Amino acid sequence: MNAQHNPPLSAGNKQARRSFRSKLKERWESPVAGYLFISPWLIGFLVLTLWPMFLSVYYSFTDYSLLEAPNWVGMKNYSLIFGNDSVFAQSLKITLLFVVLSVPLKLASALLVAMLLNKEIKGMGTYRLFIYFPSLIGTSIAVAILWRNMFGADGIVNRIIGFFGIKGVNWINDPDTALSTLVILVVWQFGSSMVIFLAGLKQISRDLYEASSVDGASKLKQFFAITLPMLSPILLFNVVLQTINSFQMFTQAFVITQGGPVNSTYMYALYLYDRAFGRLQMGYASSLAWILLLIIGAATALIFLSSRYWVFYEHERKGKA
Amino acid sequence: MNISLSKRTWKRHLLLMGSSFAMMYPVFWWIGASLKTNSEMGSPSLFPGAPQWRNFIDGWTAIPNYSFTHFYISTFELVFGVVLVSLVSCSLVAFGFARLDFPLKKIWFGLVLVTLMLPSQVTLVPQYVMFNAFGWVNTYLPFWAPSALGVGVGGSFFIFLLVQFIRGIPRELDESAKIDGCTYFGIYWRIVLPLTKPALVTVGIYAFLWNWDDFFGHLIYINSVDKYTIQLALRLFMDTQSAMEWGQMLAMSLLSIVPAVIIFLLAQRHFVEGIATTGIKG
Repeated sequence: MNAQHNPPLSAGNKQARRSFRSKLKERWESPVAGYLFISPWLIGFLVLTLWPMFLSVYYSFTDYSLLEAPNWVGMKNYSLIFGNDSVFAQSLKITLLFVVLSVPLKLASALLVAMLLNKEIKGMGTYRLFIYFPSLIGTSIAVAILWRNMFGADGIVNRIIGFFGIKGVNWINDPDTALSTLVILVVWQFGSSMVIFLAGLKQISRDLYEASSVDGASKLKQFFAITLPMLSPILLFNVVLQTINSFQMFTQAFVITQGGPVNSTYMYALYLYDRAFGRLQMGYASSLAWILLLIIGAATALIFLSSRYWVFYEHERKGKA
Repeated sequence: MNISLSKRTWKRHLLLMGSSFAMMYPVFWWIGASLKTNSEMGSPSLFPGAPQWRNFIDGWTAIPNYSFTHFYISTFELVFGVVLVSLVSCSLVAFGFARLDFPLKKIWFGLVLVTLMLPSQVTLVPQYVMFNAFGWVNTYLPFWAPSALGVGVGGSFFIFLLVQFIRGIPRELDESAKIDGCTYFGIYWRIVLPLTKPALVTVGIYAFLWNWDDFFGHLIYINSVDKYTIQLALRLFMDTQSAMEWGQMLAMSLLSIVPAVIIFLLAQRHFVEGIATTGIKG
């Protein structure tokens, strides 16, 4: 409507103004607007992430206690941690054990169930809902209370295994079993890894399976020759994600076992928390935090390095062929 | 052929039923146990002898001076604040990354992804020192402020998810709006934001759930019972009970997951899509 009524001169004028404006926009407006739009995150990143990281490095070389100003102590915290701190060694050992046990078990369960779910059959939505449900309630205290009750000396778990003639143990108060109750809890919550696997499985072409069936390959062979290689990038992603998360396990160990018995579930994050907020040794805790970061970084790097041997990217195969 | 096929489907159904049962048994048992007496607690039976509805009534007021009504109100105050500011800040930032060109953009966006993987322990102590100096300890500001700056619980994840989503919206819409003289903020507000609704719902859901479930943050920053959230109240309940009232405790725990379950059932699709497309967390 407007365009018809506008005199030609005005339209040309508008055109010229527009092109000038768009040039100006390209030069200035976009960068300025861009920085304005990302400014909340940029400020947050600089003030609440980057600056605290620098401070944390600094604190790790001090005896900072929150109540008094920090004094530079050089490498003292680090040499104490590596030389004299048997609790550090214990918590690191427990945490590594926890990671090594929980990540493979969780991912194996997730993959198995994802493969079961990767088919259009009746009631799929309900199955998926039920299987995902435990992950939904995640790290809440509610689940920790449930677990404490179920794995208690008179808990339901002992009753059930007693029914099969196995003598129950005091899961939570026995140093030999306390860690496994935590492992079972996190394995139970494999839902989000499963959803990621499921998305990956749906990407694998049906043709591959059909072709290999014609060639007479067994289901097991198909799993190792098709499913696993095709899924390996997703597997890598899940392994990295779960490893990073498991290293930082805190809430369940804090509530269910409180690190005990005899420090058998004294996770690294728990120890760090006790040093920082129990004893207010902020400097020492910062050193612990940086050691944790380096360990997680090293573990991630190791996984990525090893992935050259077991992760298979389709475009590489096409390139070689 | 047909027979063997249906046989295979049956096997799959059986396995899936088995796994569903194993996964849900603790939850069903939990519901039953919340209505049991302490002496019935060890029974694997899902059903209580006589349902103890008192568990819910007594549990609700079991913590002296404060009923759970108070804790729910506090938690909603904290969580809704976080959800609101997260939606505003993360959508603004995501629009900037997805639609505008500016120097160093790749580096900044790379840093968003790096912080996604950064263990929170590294910034924990200095952040605490900082918020303590601001006098923010025992308020909800240590939760609201970082979320308002897109670096709260799940912040980088939300930005990443929204950037991915906005990239999928056709750019022609922006271009035509630009020609009509729309400002960048206008494009964000009138064109991109309405189309980003599904992703915003996903972000809102995750922000709600993760902050509802967050325990560590609450544990560190909130120290008066008056300001306690549900998670802290439950732990207090567990610690102060000398003669463990398991029925009451399980009843209150069960109630504490109800908001999460309702949201999950209402928005299941958003959930699964959120995880499947970006695949972080959990």
